[in-house]
Amino acid sequence: MFGRDEKVSPIRLTAVQYMILGVFLVLVYGLWRLQVMQNELYATQAERNRIRNVPILAPRGKILDREGRVIVDNYPSFTALLLRDSTRDLMADVDEIAAGLHLDPKDIQERIRRFNGMPQYQPIYLKEDITPDELAFIESHRNELPELDTIMAHRRLYPRNGFMAHLIGYVGEVSEEMLNSPRWELYNPGDVVGKSGVELEYNAILMGKNGSRQVVVNSRGKEVGQLEQKNAEPGRQLKLTVDIDLQIAAEQALGDRNGAVVAMDPRTGEILALVSRPTFDPNHFAVRISRDEWSKLVTDPNKPLLNKAIQAQLAPGSTFKIIMAAAGLQEGVAKDMKVVCNGGANFYGRYFKCWVVAEHRTHGVVDISKAIYQSCDVFFYSLAEKLGIGRIAKYATMFGLGQKSGIDLPQEVTGVMPSEEWKARNFKQKWYAGETISVGIGQGAVAATPIQMARAIGAIASGGALRRPHVAFPKDLPESMRNVSAVPDEVNIPLDPENWEIITDAMANVVNPIGTAPSAHLQGIDFAGKTGSAQTISNAAKARLGAMGKAKFKDNGWFVGVTPRRNPEIVVSVLLEEGEHGYFAARAAAQVIKAYVEKQRRLPTKVASSNQAEVGAVWSTPDPEGGDSRLQAGRFYVDVPKQRAPLAAAAPGIQ
Amino acid sequence: MSRYVSFRDFDWWLLIFVLMICALGVWEIRSATAHTKFAGAHIKQVYWIIAGVGAMFGMSLFNYHVLLDRAHWMYIAALASLMAVLLFGQKYLGARRWIKMPGGAHFQPSEWVKLVLILAVSKYFADLRHRELSWPDFFKAGLLVGFPMALVLVQPDLGTSLTYIPIAAIAIFLGGLQLRQALSVALVGAVAVGVVFFLPQVRILKPYQQQRLTSFLEPEADSQGAGYQVLQSKIAVGAGGIWGSSTGTQTHLAFLPIPQTDFIFAAFAEEHGFVGAMGVLLLYFIVLMRLIQNAQTAPDRAGTFLVMGVVAVLSFHILVNVGMVVGFMPVAGIPLPLMSYGGSSVLFMFLALGIVMNVRMRRFVN
Repeated sequence: MFGRDEKVSPIRLTAVQYMILGVFLVLVYGLWRLQVMQNELYATQAERNRIRNVPILAPRGKILDREGRVIVDNYPSFTALLLRDSTRDLMADVDEIAAGLHLDPKDIQERIRRFNGMPQYQPIYLKEDITPDELAFIESHRNELPELDTIMAHRRLYPRNGFMAHLIGYVGEVSEEMLNSPRWELYNPGDVVGKSGVELEYNAILMGKNGSRQVVVNSRGKEVGQLEQKNAEPGRQLKLTVDIDLQIAAEQALGDRNGAVVAMDPRTGEILALVSRPTFDPNHFAVRISRDEWSKLVTDPNKPLLNKAIQAQLAPGSTFKIIMAAAGLQEGVAKDMKVVCNGGANFYGRYFKCWVVAEHRTHGVVDISKAIYQSCDVFFYSLAEKLGIGRIAKYATMFGLGQKSGIDLPQEVTGVMPSEEWKARNFKQKWYAGETISVGIGQGAVAATPIQMARAIGAIASGGALRRPHVAFPKDLPESMRNVSAVPDEVNIPLDPENWEIITDAMANVVNPIGTAPSAHLQGIDFAGKTGSAQTISNAAKARLGAMGKAKFKDNGWFVGVTPRRNPEIVVSVLLEEGEHGYFAARAAAQVIKAYVEKQRRLPTKVASSNQAEVGAVWSTPDPEGGDSRLQAGRFYVDVPKQRAPLAAAAPGIQ
Repeated sequence: MSRYVSFRDFDWWLLIFVLMICALGVWEIRSATAHTKFAGAHIKQVYWIIAGVGAMFGMSLFNYHVLLDRAHWMYIAALASLMAVLLFGQKYLGARRWIKMPGGAHFQPSEWVKLVLILAVSKYFADLRHRELSWPDFFKAGLLVGFPMALVLVQPDLGTSLTYIPIAAIAIFLGGLQLRQALSVALVGAVAVGVVFFLPQVRILKPYQQQRLTSFLEPEADSQGAGYQVLQSKIAVGAGGIWGSSTGTQTHLAFLPIPQTDFIFAAFAEEHGFVGAMGVLLLYFIVLMRLIQNAQTAPDRAGTFLVMGVVAVLSFHILVNVGMVVGFMPVAGIPLPLMSYGGSSVLFMFLALGIVMNVRMRRFVN
């Protein structure tokens, strides 16, 4: 026991009391500052803390064919999340999660480690667009693996294997450079918009308006209540003029060959089918295309992203002769013109060969009709010489060459229709008369797209009615989106009925035994057209390259065909890159025509409704039961197969 | 047992105020955990408090001199238990602080070490009879506390290790600290802080500890990272206003981290406002003043040191915890004694109060 005298200094004990009082005063000040002086500031922060705006994503509108069959749909896509605010040891579950989601466990561990410094409420996005059995794995392990969760978003479901990919286009997140342009300035980063094709052209219709919900959340972002809701406006569906059955036929007709097919109704300009090859699968873009895959698409020499139907500008070759014939006949030059083809002729001091010498024969005496169905070069050399480049360019321009067709698809090209003015403007050079001769057979500087050739020849077969092609029905579009093209919907080019008959009858003979594409003949179908094979480089250059050049720079094959020959219901333009001969292209076109006619023959209403055409144009009433096997089609009688292939219910790969 | 000892001399007023604080704590724990996985924690807290009161009465029964005489054994046992934690402890959230006891309970030795340190330091200073503290005594007292501090620091548990400092500090101050000693210590302390924080080569603090210690200065700069807890706590307190927020969204929507333990004062301040918070602080102040009064009336030097040790620990906890809640202090993981949920903390406080009662009941012994 210690003595009283050893007591602790009372002054120091009092000092401790004052120190404690000081500490408490500081704490009181701290509370006063927060709760009284800055109360409003923190009250609003608390409010902001708990209220979150959650977007309600508007689903994009479906894309349908002309009969309402689905081409592009949406599907609910799930992304697997790893929640990090649960109390579980994530590392211990990694192996099980990796097995269930088909991921690499090392990769998951690495990502968990990388997220260590991040706030807990931020989840790890494990895998996008998981498969149904991966989703089932998460759902069935809700209790064992509570840290796994999913979020749902609508994704675009495109037809499989790149069916119709160029026409449809694809969607993606709006890019920064797009946001800087006036068209996209009202969009927000992260919006999913059309990037090409119809998806881009009609983005305003297809894309809905996202809604939003004001929700009360807890610190983990978990929703605990809702304040107000603004519903999303889903995107409107868009009906295209395309017919899926015809599109399937066109895709099959082209197969794996490079090129393009356009089928159009020349009476309206409605595009019935549009194919470009090679193609790409836009479903890969809908998730997130890898950098490798993208650069592969962009650097591929075959340019799979290019829509060749509207973006390949190539010499149209002999298909151009139909325009030449129209010009020659209308100008009164060609009607009684007779030319002797000896396999070639001299013009302006140079010898120009006819293609026929390659077959070791000549065309002999040729008139305009034979010149078309035999595709005699010498005749058209002479006609070009007589017309001169001025008149050729005038007619070709009237029929839409060297300018956009006005189709409602992005990034169409103009092609080239050369003329004296064109050469002076672009090359500051005089036009050489010799160049006119090459232009006469669709070579030289002439460059056209498959859609331009379909439009021009469709117009000539329709008696001069040139229509603007389109893939959406104008009546379905809002006022602001109609008539946005500088190209008028319809132009009537004067074409005398007599000349019209001469050209179309000659085109019908092209697929007859006397023509250039007899193998494309369709029994019982009034099919007419014009072949073309266009050099990709000049003969001289090819000769220099020798055998290698011959193999590498094969001619492009062309065919533009119509059914029936006058006032056609359909025009099909086919480009076969390195197709060598026009008749290969003609056979592809014939397949599309055949599919069209066979489909029309199923319709009970398709009775001889047209009285403008006197040659077997139309179809008689088929037996609604399908029992009758013999149909009258104009002057033809046609055997109808009892068993018909069923029509498509939707685009391939779409349920 | 001394015949002078009677429960009539027990500090009933002190106990009443302490239990009032405990009741507010239980009330707030119930409110803060109502819809969480910790629901029902307040019931457990009541059990701990009952156990604590029992322990307090038990502690007051035998003469504190008996405890002081065995202080050196307890000190050795304390160091041994801290070593045991390091060797056999359970690792949880990166730190080794708990020993798993048979029966599933977890024991955190660093809490009861505080009690032993109060006894050991009191014993040491009670034996010194000089008016002025000599440098050797100063350093010996420092080492006495420094050893266990270092052992807790490597667990790592920075917050608890810091609570040992006031035990030494108040004893040194009351034991006759001289002005030049105080100035020297302040200088060395300033240099040490500078070295720890500004020399990257010195790795005494782990990066997350350093971040936690500095982020309170500017929580908005890193509102989702280390500053998150501080910012959410300030928002909770600030949103409470004068009379309290009726909805208490910061607490109930779990923006406020661990509202039943370290941030219970923030939860209380949000729900009951400035007025409620003042009430709680007043209760604590009354308790502290009552304790100091007991220190003044203690029968001997050792008794004064014992009570003042308890005062030091309690006021340090209040300063650091409430300071943290209002954004003046770093997040150090120190609970608010008597209010925060947690068995070890409650038991420690009541055992410490038991020692105080022990001293008070023997004030007329001489």
